[in-house]
Amino acid sequence: MTPQVLYILRLADTNLVLAQRLGEWVGHAPALEEDLGVANIALDLLGQARLLLAHAGRIEGGGRGEDEFAYLREESEYFNLTLVEQPNGDFGDTVMRQFLFDAWQCGVYEALAHSQDATLAAIAAKGLKEAAYHLRYSGGWLVRLGDGTPESHARVERSLRELWPFTNELFDDDETDRAVAAQGIGVLPSSLLPAWSARVDETLARATLARPAPASFAWYGKQGRHSEHLGYLLAEMQSLHRAHPGAAW
Amino acid sequence: MSAPDRVPSTPSPELLARLHGILSQVADPEIPVLSVLDLGLVRHLHFRDDGRLEVGIAPTYSGCPANAVIKADVLRALAGAGFEAVAADVLAPPWSSDWLSAEGRRKLEAFGIAPPAGSAPAACPRCSSERTTRISEFGSTPCKALYRCEACLEPFDYFKCI
Repeated sequence: MTPQVLYILRLADTNLVLAQRLGEWVGHAPALEEDLGVANIALDLLGQARLLLAHAGRIEGGGRGEDEFAYLREESEYFNLTLVEQPNGDFGDTVMRQFLFDAWQCGVYEALAHSQDATLAAIAAKGLKEAAYHLRYSGGWLVRLGDGTPESHARVERSLRELWPFTNELFDDDETDRAVAAQGIGVLPSSLLPAWSARVDETLARATLARPAPASFAWYGKQGRHSEHLGYLLAEMQSLHRAHPGAAW
Repeated sequence: MSAPDRVPSTPSPELLARLHGILSQVADPEIPVLSVLDLGLVRHLHFRDDGRLEVGIAPTYSGCPANAVIKADVLRALAGAGFEAVAADVLAPPWSSDWLSAEGRRKLEAFGIAPPAGSAPAACPRCSSERTTRISEFGSTPCKALYRCEACLEPFDYFKCI
């Protein structure tokens, strides 16, 4: 697999897994408006994932399309960031995960809109508009919860503490990242950290939350080494396709 | 053996007008007062070397389920008029609410949906009051948010500005 294909699969898988997680809220969110909100965000992320998977398949040229990638790969062949496979928890956990992710995705899409890969640039330019809207939603909720009641503050503070260690991976450069950055196709993750920190710090301050100390451990979901949660998610997402190969609506 | 007739790649102005007439009748499945032309979704119309008509269509929101329906409806309408057409996805430049035509904005408002106007609707589409409150950033479709008018107290949809 070339660095370009792997890089695009990382982006696609991160979106796909988060869309699946957000979909778990449908029918269960705290209010109808939030049910619609998370479902709409999931739909945008899924749409972007489909474009990215189809693009990866075309470049790979081995006949794999979006369905083969989504439904017929094992856990270790998924390259999503570990953050997005974490369970939904309570609504505050979901908001925190979404906020940390949205702030990162805005930076990624801003950079990739200038990619030498024209299709990737087009997907990013389109996705950026959607990601900015998501960030407004997740950031708005984070401020309401953090600067809300003592109960909501304490709970979302715990969410921040528990999810923070997963953000290390978002800015970790590996060989694939360096290869695609050198080709002008991808963006070096570490270069995104200053802008992300500024975005996150500004909202955390409004949410009356303190930024946690840097965690010393990094996860490597983007290299196929995942937390224990991804396997269960994939089992549910893939069961229909695996039971009925080639099933179509 | 004679050479096959060269097929012009760009439709003549007369043909283009006819194609636009056909496409102006293809409605958005969720907001039926808007045609695909009002929404600014048709990016090009030209003939391929094999003689088939290619329609460049921009998706609205990346994951909007209406994208597939719109594509199928466009091809069906053209086939009904005798055109063998194929759809091509056009991602760049990305669609945004800026692509909505002036006529599309008027139709939206008349239908009861506030047209895109920055971070909040300019006025209630029913009573024109500027006193509006956001109920939800996301509405019944990816392109809409939900608002309430504080003057007439009616809830209304706002076509999101992205």
